Amino acid sequence: MAASPMLRVVEREARVYARLWRGLAFSTFVQPALYLAAMGLGLGSLVNAHTGSVHGLDYLDFVAPGLLVASSMQLACSESLWPVLGGVKWMRNFYGVVATPIRPSELFGGWVLWTALRSMLGATAFLLVAAVLGAVSSPWGVFAIGAAGLCAAAFCALLSAFAVTQETDLSFPMIMRLGVLPLFLFSGTFFPISQLPTALQRLALISPLWHGVALARSFTTGDIWLPAIAAHVAFLSGCIVVGALAGVRTFTRRLSA
Amino acid sequence: MRVASHAVAGPLVEARALTKRFGSFVAVDRVDFAIAPGEAFGFLGPNGAGKTSTMRMIGCVSPRTDGDLRVLGMDPARDGARIRARLGVVPQEDNLDTELTVWDNMQIYGRYFDLPRPVIRERATELLDFVQLGDRRASRVDPLSGGMKRRLTIARALINQPELLLLDEPTTGLDPQARHLLWDRLYQLKRAGVTLVLTTHYMDEAEQLCDRLVIMDEARIVAEGSPRDLIAAHVTREVVEVRFDGTPDSHVLAEKLRPLGQRSEVLADRVLIYTTDGDATAREVSSNGLSAESVLVRRASLEDVFLTLTGRTLED
Repeated sequence: MAASPMLRVVEREARVYARLWRGLAFSTFVQPALYLAAMGLGLGSLVNAHTGSVHGLDYLDFVAPGLLVASSMQLACSESLWPVLGGVKWMRNFYGVVATPIRPSELFGGWVLWTALRSMLGATAFLLVAAVLGAVSSPWGVFAIGAAGLCAAAFCALLSAFAVTQETDLSFPMIMRLGVLPLFLFSGTFFPISQLPTALQRLALISPLWHGVALARSFTTGDIWLPAIAAHVAFLSGCIVVGALAGVRTFTRRLSA
Repeated sequence: MRVASHAVAGPLVEARALTKRFGSFVAVDRVDFAIAPGEAFGFLGPNGAGKTSTMRMIGCVSPRTDGDLRVLGMDPARDGARIRARLGVVPQEDNLDTELTVWDNMQIYGRYFDLPRPVIRERATELLDFVQLGDRRASRVDPLSGGMKRRLTIARALINQPELLLLDEPTTGLDPQARHLLWDRLYQLKRAGVTLVLTTHYMDEAEQLCDRLVIMDEARIVAEGSPRDLIAAHVTREVVEVRFDGTPDSHVLAEKLRPLGQRSEVLADRVLIYTTDGDATAREVSSNGLSAESVLVRRASLEDVFLTLTGRTLED
């Protein structure tokens, strides 16, 4: 895998994105504002009145990094399913790409890279809105963008490796409802996983989203403990490696058989 | 049209005992061929004959199972990306980027070849004019007609000034007018010295465009030569086509017709009589008391060659 062909793939995606930029920019800022207003301020005032704080944090401060990474994950997941199947099945433009010097593995790599970059763009907007609302208490907070990118890359690598093997999109809504949505709700996004039954707590520990959220939260709150950060980064990197090993195989098998 | 000069001495593509298997299914079975620089080379055969599989191996997007293949003097298994950098590919099914405009399709494709942007802009302008899409550059791809999409795909495939242009069923699904326009463009490319490799199941397309071709059937090459040589070698110069009212017993008919020409083929809807003198044979058919609905004399074509070699028509 060479860097330059991957960047060519990113360039194509960026060009499509640039055409839609105005429409997307609005929702990029409005969505976090709505989420933070409803969860952080609305629900948060109730939580704060009831329990005082969550893990010593104001509820808005607790939930903001959770929502930031969780929305990155959601974007990454939907971008890794339908558009990837479209590339081999409906629009078939992936076959056009691999007829050029670009290899299937590089197309895959570029796709993951672009999804991570786009998620980081969304995370940046999210972080700005959160900062305006006072939910970012540490300058380390900017690294939450990196946590979102890492988490998005992990989900993108794993899911696009799967999506490229499919003939129809029948399984995709199921993945979103039974896979992505539970992760969204139970990965320490809205409440600490210590609230979960013990068995589910263990399960949450292998959720890439939980690692992403915990990482982002330590940055936005300034609660920096290096061993924990290293562990989260290592876990997410491991997911990316596993996804990449699978994706290189499945993309190559599908596109050059 | 500017064309890449041929840096390779000897054949641009050379295959020996080239084989492609998918599991136990043999798609291409030990085929041999060589394609010379500047040549228009065709793979003619019905659907499922192994043409597309052969094409994908030449295009370095499908590894061979067995045998030997050299493209531009290199081995696709080792130098796939380097070979693809010098190929142009027009696939059977359109795979244009429908999320981009005509112009952006050219730009992005040029970037896949790592070409500098000013070079792409210059070539894209020239190529879109060449395929008569110069006034559609701001258009999205979706509303273009089938013929326009095909022409855009050809323009896109030429952005890297390829030494070899691979066309898989270039006019399948197009109306006659769009086909002729496309043939005209391909003929221009051929005259400009571009090496064309195409697959087709249209014998008229093969006759129009190919200097030399191989006929494929059931994963094998069954004949090779120029269209004229193939006709001379395998069939007579002329063919009499006879149609009958109703459905007479085909075997009885064939017996009756056999003395008239050298050989005959009984098809579902007509009987073909191969003969050196079509008019004479046609007169004999009429005077023989056979109640023919119509009698037509025509020149022998590649369709007849295929029928003679395989016992089936290309459209089967």
